[in-house]
Amino acid sequence: MADEQGFDLDYAPAPESTGIVELADEYGLYIGGEFVEARSGRTFDTISPSTEERLATVSEAGAEDVDRAVAAARTAFEDHWRDTPGTVRARYLYRIARQLQERSREFAVLETMDGGKPIRESRDVDLPLVAAHFFHHAGWADKLEYAFPNRRVAPHGVAGQVIPWNFPMLMAAWKLAPALACGNTVVLKPAETTPLTALLLAEVLNDVGLPPGVVNVVTGAGETGAALVEHPGVDKLAFTGSTEVGKRIQRSAAVRRLPLTLELGGKAANVVFEDAALDQAVEGVVQGIWFNQGHVCCAGSRLLVQESIAGDFVERLHARMARLRVGDPLDKNTDVGAINSAEHLARITALVESGVEEGAVLHQSACDLPDRGFWFAPTVFTEVQQSHRIAREEVFGPVLAVQTFRTPEEAVEKANNTPYGLSAGIWTEKGSKVHWMAERLRAGVVWANTFNRFDPASPFGGYKESGFGREGGLTGLGAYVRDAGGVSR
Amino acid sequence: MTRTAYAPVPTTPVDEVALEARAAELCSRSIKTTSKRAALHLAIRCMDLTTLEGVDTPGKVSSLCRKAIRPDATDPSVPSVAAVCVYPEMVAHAAATVAGTGVAVASVAGAFPSGLSDLDVRCDDIRSAVVDGADEIDIVLNRSAFLAGDLARVHDEVAASKEACGDAHLKVILEAGELGGYEPIRRASMLAMAAGADFIKTSTGKIPKAATHATALCMAEAIREFAQREGRSVGFKAAGGIRSAKQAWHYLVLMGETLGTGWLTPDRFRLGASSLLNDVLLQLAKLDHGRYGGPDYVTVD
Amino acid sequence: MSGHLPVDKTFKLFIGGAFPRSESGHTFQVHGADGQFLANAAKASRKDLRETVRAARSAQSGWAGRTAYNRGQVLYRVAEMLDARADEFVDLLRNAGRTPRAARREVEQSVDRWVWYAGWADKVHQVLGTVNPVAGPYFNFTVPEPTGVVVQAVPDDPPLLGLTSRVAPAIVTGNTSIVLSGAGSALVAMSLAEVLATSDVPGGVVNVLTGDVAALLPWALGHLDVNAVDLAGAPDDLPDEALADAAENVKRLVHGNPDDASPMLVAAFLELKTVWHPIGR
Repeated sequence: MADEQGFDLDYAPAPESTGIVELADEYGLYIGGEFVEARSGRTFDTISPSTEERLATVSEAGAEDVDRAVAAARTAFEDHWRDTPGTVRARYLYRIARQLQERSREFAVLETMDGGKPIRESRDVDLPLVAAHFFHHAGWADKLEYAFPNRRVAPHGVAGQVIPWNFPMLMAAWKLAPALACGNTVVLKPAETTPLTALLLAEVLNDVGLPPGVVNVVTGAGETGAALVEHPGVDKLAFTGSTEVGKRIQRSAAVRRLPLTLELGGKAANVVFEDAALDQAVEGVVQGIWFNQGHVCCAGSRLLVQESIAGDFVERLHARMARLRVGDPLDKNTDVGAINSAEHLARITALVESGVEEGAVLHQSACDLPDRGFWFAPTVFTEVQQSHRIAREEVFGPVLAVQTFRTPEEAVEKANNTPYGLSAGIWTEKGSKVHWMAERLRAGVVWANTFNRFDPASPFGGYKESGFGREGGLTGLGAYVRDAGGVSR
Repeated sequence: MTRTAYAPVPTTPVDEVALEARAAELCSRSIKTTSKRAALHLAIRCMDLTTLEGVDTPGKVSSLCRKAIRPDATDPSVPSVAAVCVYPEMVAHAAATVAGTGVAVASVAGAFPSGLSDLDVRCDDIRSAVVDGADEIDIVLNRSAFLAGDLARVHDEVAASKEACGDAHLKVILEAGELGGYEPIRRASMLAMAAGADFIKTSTGKIPKAATHATALCMAEAIREFAQREGRSVGFKAAGGIRSAKQAWHYLVLMGETLGTGWLTPDRFRLGASSLLNDVLLQLAKLDHGRYGGPDYVTVD
Repeated sequence: MSGHLPVDKTFKLFIGGAFPRSESGHTFQVHGADGQFLANAAKASRKDLRETVRAARSAQSGWAGRTAYNRGQVLYRVAEMLDARADEFVDLLRNAGRTPRAARREVEQSVDRWVWYAGWADKVHQVLGTVNPVAGPYFNFTVPEPTGVVVQAVPDDPPLLGLTSRVAPAIVTGNTSIVLSGAGSALVAMSLAEVLATSDVPGGVVNVLTGDVAALLPWALGHLDVNAVDLAGAPDDLPDEALADAAENVKRLVHGNPDDASPMLVAAFLELKTVWHPIGR
């Protein structure tokens, strides 16, 4: 009898139904308000990283396709969009927000199928934030004169936007919403491993009646992205992704003096003091590194814990790590889903091997990983030295490097000792110490007694090699206007 | 048992927002099919079926006891609850009714629900309930002394109550909704455990602020810390406002994921409730028969 | 004729509050608008630049750590000292070809501009910072912070107003500046350095390297410990490769006009930091 098995933490499967998603077998490019086949004649398959099954075949945009998309965006910008009143642009954005709320579960399921992230996150974090982002920016579209008082501002024109695979819909929203609010038209290039939700979004854009060419979606890999970045018809570039690719894009944009927003990698320190609310700090560290399998540019991938509590804290962390449920991302109880691609899994594996070789001590949760798909067990390294690769390089995976410090000064020094500067965490119950630390950490987002929180009203972006420009809030809006007065960055 | 002397308890900070976020996350666990059935049975086995009304009579208590022994008259596979929980006046009658069935008798005692009478009177109340047959005693923490900062007195009163219990188990009710935040809840938890409590319990059920999952998580974290420091495993009882089966299994999730499966037993976990049992029975019936039931298909006892 | 032969000033570099010669020993001749020899100026080398970045970096956190009120007063002090030496700058500008009236006007405008930016020191936070109404129990705010070390290719024309208009908005918030000044502005820049040196501006906050801007800029653009480069006075024919090199450490590149005056120019040398904190009991 079932009850004699007793109740334990091996919860029975609770899969989210995929019936809500209607997948086509093939997807074209979205150019000028229509789904069209790529003139390149090339296609690629997008697979589920948790099953390795093919989900759909997607067109790969070549240079000629990118050219068409930029031309469509240019025509839309010049013919009507730049003269469309803010109140009308606002109305479109509100409509998009509402449609996304209504179809939220469908998008969440598709996001999880294509990208491998747990449905709990795509359902409870990504999609609600996506709708909120459009809703927030809708309200800016008809208030630009108040957003930028005493300035004459104008949209840039055609914005080329290249987004990553870790938060496909959320990044699309972060890029599209402010661009459209300010009167730009867009060519969006989703990541090659997660193109499907952007294409479903294109359907929504059609449904709400957004005029043809205002947003165009070109799917493909690095070559497609490069074609968009290099295209002479683009007036503004925005990129979220690796620092390596970001630097290539900046090289190109710098020469052409193109306005650019870069949101790149990170190696954030999560600093835990002895006077912290330790049980919540453990949860914060967990949230910091194992949210979205650690595929998060602002992940708290370095734990700096005060030496006086290090042993106890790490013990608590190990116990908590052991309870993480790794597996089918569509199961509502899954905490850690699939690694996004085989290629990325290989990179994580190599970096973890380097950690072991360099002498750090490896701890992994003893979870059963599925046979098919791409998986990596939650991992903690202790005895990590500042010189180890796992302490310096972005792993972009579920791998935490633990180091200790003795004083607040040492914590600041170690936290800042990296070319990155995207985010940082502080855990202490002492208010003045929170502010002392927050002032000194060289990072664009500082989470004190919390981690990995996002909001459309809250500017997000990095210092140093983590990029420049902000996304979210008034500041993020500023990236999509040029100063008709002349000052530009 | 020697009475413990008062010593200041550790005051671990608690962050309200993060605590509530974690509790909410745990309450998003989806419990289906075999897990749901196991959870529902466990919830029954851990239940303190309660009646604490001024209008309680022997007749009312008899009917409650019969329900406790055999919750579903049509299905003998449904287990008995852990205990019935009554006022001291009703203990003898309840003890006679459940004798030999495995169902325990719990009694609130010690000037429940305020706890504000002379300590000797409260201890006499406890002793008398135990003499009448109570296996478990639920007392309230002296919130008056706690909020006035007299922690030594709070401690010593719990220790005296524990002594008065003799072999009976002592559950200490914090009345968490009146303590003014999670840090005081955590401190009160540590204090009650240090003074000898076998269980710590969220609420009396007599004030509008019922138990919440976040309160339970806060207390579970205190239990975990106490177990680590002192090596003694103290039980947890949720009470007040628990009416749905879903609330109940989320308490199980919360305990299991915070303290481990060792706490998923009636020895270390209880749910105090009066109306919860019928919702659990309705959910079981849905699992068995595949259709939704209604209140006319479970007994109102 | 008087028996006094004028004692000409030797123009050197301004690094970390001191006035050293170029380590290279090189100088270049500066001529007036009429072609007449005016002076030799030091020709800074890339090693001078390297040393200067060190000086600017070591001065930066201390300068940023001053209160905004204090930085505002220091900038105001610059205006005072500049005004006190107005005649000297009028002469320098006349040598560069300005009419007496235009020279006087540029000096006055420059004094005004230092005063204007001095006032921004404790106001930019209120114009550029925000408190953000996030959908959750968090206090969330965004504050501007200095980018760090900024290299500024200053315009040749207008020499004093251009220099002022680029340097003041960069340093007012706590950045340190390395000015690259070409032949057209070298004497003005070095004279302004003397003003700065006597204006309570801590050593290393503003540094002046005179010489071949086109030759120095690529080294600045490629330097990994430089946070931003201001290209307002950069030569038009700067090689693409030099500009692209800025990406090596994701430098902030700032463009603009020689005499822009705007809080948005202050913003161009700032980072924005967003802080989250829960609101709970």
